Amino acid sequence: MDLFLLFLAAFLVNNIVLLRFLGLCPFFGVSSKLETAIGMSMAVIFVMTLSSIITWLLYNYILVPLHLVYLRTATFILVIASLVQFTELFLKKSAPALYKALGIFLPLITTNCAILGVAFLNIDYGHSIIQTIVYAIGVALGFMLALVLMAGIRERIEFAPIPKPFRGLPIAFILASLMALAFLGFVGLFGLSL
Amino acid sequence: MFRHFVNGILKENPVLVLAIGLCPTLAVSTSAYNALGMGLAVIFVLTMSNLIVSAARKVIPQNLRIPIFIIIISTFVTITDYVMKAYLPELAKNLGVFVPLIVVNCIILGRAEGFAYKHSVPAALLDGLGSGIGFTLVIFIIGSIREILGAGTWMSIPGGFEGFKVFGEGFLNYPVLFMILPPGGFLVIAFLMALSRKLTGEA
Repeated sequence: MDLFLLFLAAFLVNNIVLLRFLGLCPFFGVSSKLETAIGMSMAVIFVMTLSSIITWLLYNYILVPLHLVYLRTATFILVIASLVQFTELFLKKSAPALYKALGIFLPLITTNCAILGVAFLNIDYGHSIIQTIVYAIGVALGFMLALVLMAGIRERIEFAPIPKPFRGLPIAFILASLMALAFLGFVGLFGLSL
Repeated sequence: MFRHFVNGILKENPVLVLAIGLCPTLAVSTSAYNALGMGLAVIFVLTMSNLIVSAARKVIPQNLRIPIFIIIISTFVTITDYVMKAYLPELAKNLGVFVPLIVVNCIILGRAEGFAYKHSVPAALLDGLGSGIGFTLVIFIIGSIREILGAGTWMSIPGGFEGFKVFGEGFLNYPVLFMILPPGGFLVIAFLMALSRKLTGEA
């Protein structure tokens, strides 16, 4: 039950994009088409889960015993960057179909602050390894939900008569504002708070 | 030389024109003080990383440059993180995970790659300062708007100065709470971005 609540908090109540403001660059950058939004979300689910597990193990079994906690920021970002590269090479060799679908999104993920943010949050919240995995999957699915909803709405307003200064990004921000307002409605679900 | 400085503030403003560095801009702009703290942290990291990258640009090999930039940046981010936790613990708590996350702020890597790696030290220094101030200005304006409307105060400091009461005492009981919640952040930046496009004659 605790794990379910953790998942729900990560997925809806503290939605990483709309209520936590992490991963906004891909949220606005690749949300103009539904197809790319799905591709990007898949890549995020894959990398976020993997990187959370690896950074958690690295922190608790290498950095803490060696008293190197101050190297956390540098280590995590380098691990994530090389993990992304490695994933790219691995997929290219062993799963060309998957690589074709995710390929162009993988390099973009290194600078996705949600990935690094979740790695930090797992440490700050003192999650166990199981909690880390559940949390990472919840966050990644929450990212997917927000991104896919946003892409669907943006495809619809493409031909709407929007005042000129608001075209493109500003109207997308207003959409995000309305979506965030709707997501605030989940606060209090099972007693979960913001 | 001076135009490198002005460029980052107006014509190539990182947030309003280039739309990068959005995460911290929205996440920590719930009050003017938090926003200013974040802005100063970014100015420090950006200027120092620009300085080092530019000074070492002749010894950094072309194909290893990105990991080296990241290590330089993360050094200054770690310094900022620890100094802030030691001397401004309240601020560090409010900014939370967004202080270590400065390391993936696209503004900083973008300036290192796009400017400092190709220019002399003084130019890189001015460029870093300009972009940093451009970022700080925007985040401070957003923080001010959200705090004034959402809390009724301006520049209140946790555990210190209680802030200017912009709309008087009565407003403090019924502020527009929406503004300091996440949706308010998206709304303010949408209008600021549209306004800056209108004023610069871009749309």
